[in-house]
Amino acid sequence: MAKLESKTPPGPLADKWRKYKTDIKLINPANKRKYDVIVVGAGLAGSSAAATLAELGYKVKNFVFHDSPRRAHSIAAQGGINAAKNYQNDGDSVHRLFYDTIKGGDYRSREANVHRLAEVSVNIIDQCVAQGVPFAREYGGLLANRSFGGAQVSRTFYARGQTGQQLLLGAYSALMRMVGSGGVQLFTNSEMLDLVVIDGHAKGIIVRDLITGEISRHAADAVVLATGGYGNVFNLSTYARGSNTTAIWRAYKRRACFANPCYTQIHPTCIPVSGEYQSKLTLMSESLRNDGRIWVPKNKEDRLKDPNSIPEADRDYYLERMYPAFGNLCPRDIASRAAKRVCDEGRGVGTSGPGVYLDFSDAIRRLGENMVRERYGNLFDIYHEITGESAYQTPMRIYPAVHYTMGGLWVDYNLMSNLPGLFVLGEANFSDHGANRLGASALMQGLADGYFVVPYTVGNYLADQKPASRPSTDAPEFKAAEENVRSMTKQLLGNKGTQPVSHFHKRLGKIMWEYCGMARNTAGLRKALEELPKLREEFWASVNVPGSGEALNQSLEQAGRVADFIELGELMCLDALTREESCGGHFREEHQYPDGECKRDDENFAHVAAWEFQGPGKPPLLNKEPLAYESVKMSVRNYK
Amino acid sequence: MVANNSQQALSITLRVWRQAGPDQPGKFVDYPAKDLSPHMSFLEMLDMVNDELTRKGEEPIAFAHDCREGICGTCSCTINGKPHGPGRGIATCQLYMRTFHDGDVIVVEPFRATAFPIVKDLVTDRSGFDKIMKSGGFITARAGSAPEANATLIPKENADLAMDAAACIGCGACVAACKNASAMLFVAAKVSHLGLLPQGEVERDRRVLAMVGTMEEQGFGNCTNYYECSAACPKLISHDFIARMNRDYLKASFRSAFQHASNSTGGGAG
Ligand SMILES: Cc1cc2nc3c(=O)[nH]c(=O)nc-3n(C[C@H](O)[C@H](O)[C@H](O)COP(=O)(O)OP(=O)(O)OC[C@H]3O[C@@H](n4cnc5c(N)ncnc54)[C@H](O)[C@@H]3O)c2cc1C
Ligand code: FES
Repeated sequence: MAKLESKTPPGPLADKWRKYKTDIKLINPANKRKYDVIVVGAGLAGSSAAATLAELGYKVKNFVFHDSPRRAHSIAAQGGINAAKNYQNDGDSVHRLFYDTIKGGDYRSREANVHRLAEVSVNIIDQCVAQGVPFAREYGGLLANRSFGGAQVSRTFYARGQTGQQLLLGAYSALMRMVGSGGVQLFTNSEMLDLVVIDGHAKGIIVRDLITGEISRHAADAVVLATGGYGNVFNLSTYARGSNTTAIWRAYKRRACFANPCYTQIHPTCIPVSGEYQSKLTLMSESLRNDGRIWVPKNKEDRLKDPNSIPEADRDYYLERMYPAFGNLCPRDIASRAAKRVCDEGRGVGTSGPGVYLDFSDAIRRLGENMVRERYGNLFDIYHEITGESAYQTPMRIYPAVHYTMGGLWVDYNLMSNLPGLFVLGEANFSDHGANRLGASALMQGLADGYFVVPYTVGNYLADQKPASRPSTDAPEFKAAEENVRSMTKQLLGNKGTQPVSHFHKRLGKIMWEYCGMARNTAGLRKALEELPKLREEFWASVNVPGSGEALNQSLEQAGRVADFIELGELMCLDALTREESCGGHFREEHQYPDGECKRDDENFAHVAAWEFQGPGKPPLLNKEPLAYESVKMSVRNYK
Repeated sequence: MVANNSQQALSITLRVWRQAGPDQPGKFVDYPAKDLSPHMSFLEMLDMVNDELTRKGEEPIAFAHDCREGICGTCSCTINGKPHGPGRGIATCQLYMRTFHDGDVIVVEPFRATAFPIVKDLVTDRSGFDKIMKSGGFITARAGSAPEANATLIPKENADLAMDAAACIGCGACVAACKNASAMLFVAAKVSHLGLLPQGEVERDRRVLAMVGTMEEQGFGNCTNYYECSAACPKLISHDFIARMNRDYLKASFRSAFQHASNSTGGGAG
C-alpha cells in the first residue's frame, strides 16, 4: 500500500508557504551544477519549470513530443489567467481567490496547495509582464481585467482571445534563452515511453525519437512530468489531437498513484458536434459568458425555428432563471449540466447535434458591434469559419464538451508523487482544482507550479541526494524499461490487423461519453466496465499499424496512446463507480438534490482517491488521502 | 475562390506529395476522396483518406497537425500552390471542405523551403525557427525578480500593436510563400513585439542583431519586398513590421559599430 503523506507544513494556512520556503534545505550554487533534472513537457508548466530550474543552475534535459516547445497544448488557451491583484478594487484578495477555488472545486482539493496557488498568483502576472507578455491594457496604460465563471470579482488577465498563446510564448522564450545559454538541453520530437524507478526513486526515462525511431535511456537525479491532461480519452474534446496520457499512465504502471481519475471537466460553451468524421470540438471561451446570454426556446416546437424570430417571452434564459446570483457566469459543471437538462427535455436547438443558444444581441445593443468585436472578434471569426454562420447576426449554438481533467498523478505539497524524485506539474497532477476547475485557473496553476513552486521543492528533494550520484543508464532497471518499450512497439507493428487506430479511439470515446460523461450511474458504469476490457482485447487483436519503427510513424504514436487511453478509461469508470456521491464535474445520478444539484457525501467521500497499480490483470488498490478543512467550512455550493 | 455553400456531399481527387524520408525521391500520388460532407475540415478529410489507406494495408500520409484550431502552428500544407491553401487568415486546419467543389483536384505539398527540409510526405523540419528564437527572441527576466506589473504603464496602442505582432504562430507559411524563402516576417514579428514594449528596450539592439544573424545562418533568404508572406500568414501579420525591424537593425548595427563596450567581465575584487 502506498504511503500518502500530504507533507503539508504545520502552522496557520496563510503562513505555511512562507515558512516552508525559509525552512527548506538549500544547495550551494557549485553543487547545483552536479544535478541533472529531466523535465518532460514544455507547456506552461514544463517550460516555466525547465527555464527556472536551469536558471538556478541545475542541468536540465527537456523532452517534448512536439517539433517545438512552442506548440504545446497550452498555446490554445483562450480566455485568461486569474490572479488576486485586486487591481479593480472590487474586494479581491488572496483569501477570496483561495476560497473561490476551494468552493469551485466542490470541497475536494487540498487547502494548503490552493492557498499557495492564490498567494503566488500575483507574482505570475509580474513575471509575465516582465517577459513581455502583451496583456490587454486600459487606456490609462494599466492592465485590464475581465470576469470568469465562479467569481464575483474581475481578476482575470488576458491577451485578446489568445492568453494561453501569449503566456506560453513568454515561457517558451525563457526556455529558449536557457537552451541558448546551455542550461537546458532540448529534445524535440521525443516521446517519453517509460519511467525508470531505482530503489523506489524516479531516476530516469526511456524516450523514442519520433523522427528516427531510436529508443534511448536518460538518467537524472529527479524527473519532472508536465505532460498535460488526458481528456482525449473521450476522443472528441477541446484538446489538441496529440494530447495524451502516456507519460503519466506509464508512470502509474511504475506505481505512481493516480488520483481522482474520474474528475473531468465538461466545458459548457463549445461548438456542437456536426458529424461522424469529426476529429475535435472547438471551445468558445468562457469569457463570452460575460456578455452573451444563454437560452433555449420555452417550447419544444420552436427548436428548429430561426432564433431571431422567437419572441422574448418564448425564450428561457435558464441560467439566469435558475442561478440569479451568478446567472450566465455560474461555474462550468453547473452550466454544462443545465444545458444537458434542457436538451434532454427536448428543447435543444439546431439540426446537427443538440445545442443551446449563446446570444449577443443584447450586448450588441448595449455596447455596439465594434466593442463586441474588440472583445470577442477572434472567437466570432473562429465560429464563422467552422459553422459558416455569423454570431453578430444570429446567436451562436453551443454545447458542452470535454475540456479538462482535474484528476492526475497524486502529489504531495511538494508536488512530488508517492515515488520520491518524481514531480508532477500542471494539468498532469491532481492537486489544486478538486472536483471542478474554475475558468482561468489552469494557466495560473501551470505557471505557479513551474516558476514558483518546484524551483523550491525540487531543491529540497535534491538536497538529500548526493551530488552526481544518479545511476548509470546501464543499470538493470533501465534495461528492463527499454525492453518494455521495445516489446510494445514490436507488438503494435507486428500486429497486422484490419482496423486503423482511430476506429478504436472513436469507440472508446463513445463508451466514455455515454457512461462516464456529464452524468453517470451505477448501471452505466458497470456496463462500461464490461465493454472496455472487450475493446482492449479487440484493439490488440485487430489494430493495424502500418509502416516501420525506424522512421516517423504517426500510426504507431497514436496506437501507443490509444492503448493507454483504453486502460485509463477503465480506471476512470472504476473511480466514478466507487465514488458514491456527486461533486463538481462528477455527477452521479443517484446522488442529487430534488432540484438536480450535486449531493456530496462529506462523511464518506471527503478524500482523494489515489489508485495504485497492482500488476497487469489485477484490480488496482484504492488509497485514500483524507481531506481536512481547517480554514474553510464545507458547505453545499450555492450559486443561486 | 467562391465557397460551395450547398449542403451536398462532394467527391474530390487528392494529389499528394509522397516522400518516404529526407533523402528519398518524392512524387505526387492521386487518391480519390468520395462523399465528403462540406462541413468536414480539410484535415478530417485527410484522416478519412488515411484510415482507408490503413485498412488496405498501405502507409497513411504523414502530415503535421495538433490543435486543429489555428493556434499551435503545427499544420503546414501547401494546397493548390498556396501555403495553408485558399482562404485568407487561416491555417491548414481551419480550411473546410465547403471551400471546394465536387470534382476538384486538390494538390497538396509540404511547405517548400531549403531551410525546412522534408522529413516525410507533408512533414517538414522547422527547427530553424527555434534556433532563431534561442539566439535572442526573449527578454531576460529571471523568475522571482520581476517588478510589480502595474509599475510600468504601457499605452494601450503600443500594447495592442505589440499583440498584433505577437500573434505569430510560428508555422512558417511566410517562408514557404516567399520566393526567397525569407523568414523576415517571423523575425520581424518577434522583434517588434518585444521592441514595442518598454521591458524589451534594454536588449533591443542585441536582439535584432542576433536574430537576423541566426536567420541568415540557418539558410533563410532575404526580403526583396514582395510581401507574399503577409498574404499567406494565418494571422495576417502586417509586413509593416519588416520595415520597423529594418530600422531597428540599421540603428543597432550603427550603434554596435561605434559604441565602446566595457571590457569588464563583472564581479569585483575578492
Ligand atoms: C481550448 C482550451 C482553452 C483553454 N482555455 C483556458 C483558459 O482560458 N484559462 C485557463 O486557465 N485554462 C485554459 N485551458 C486549460 C489549460 O490550457 C491547460 O490546462 C494547460 O495549458 C495545461 O498546461 P500543461 O503545461 O499542464 O500541459 P500542456 O500544455 O498540455 O503541455 C504538455 C506538454 O507535454 C509534452 N508531452 C506530453 N506527453 C509527453 C510524452 N509522453 N513525452 C514527451 N513529451 C510529452 C507535450 O509535448 C507538451 O509540451 C484551456 C484548455 C483548452 C483545451
Ligand atoms: S493544427 Fe494547430 S494551427 Fe493548425
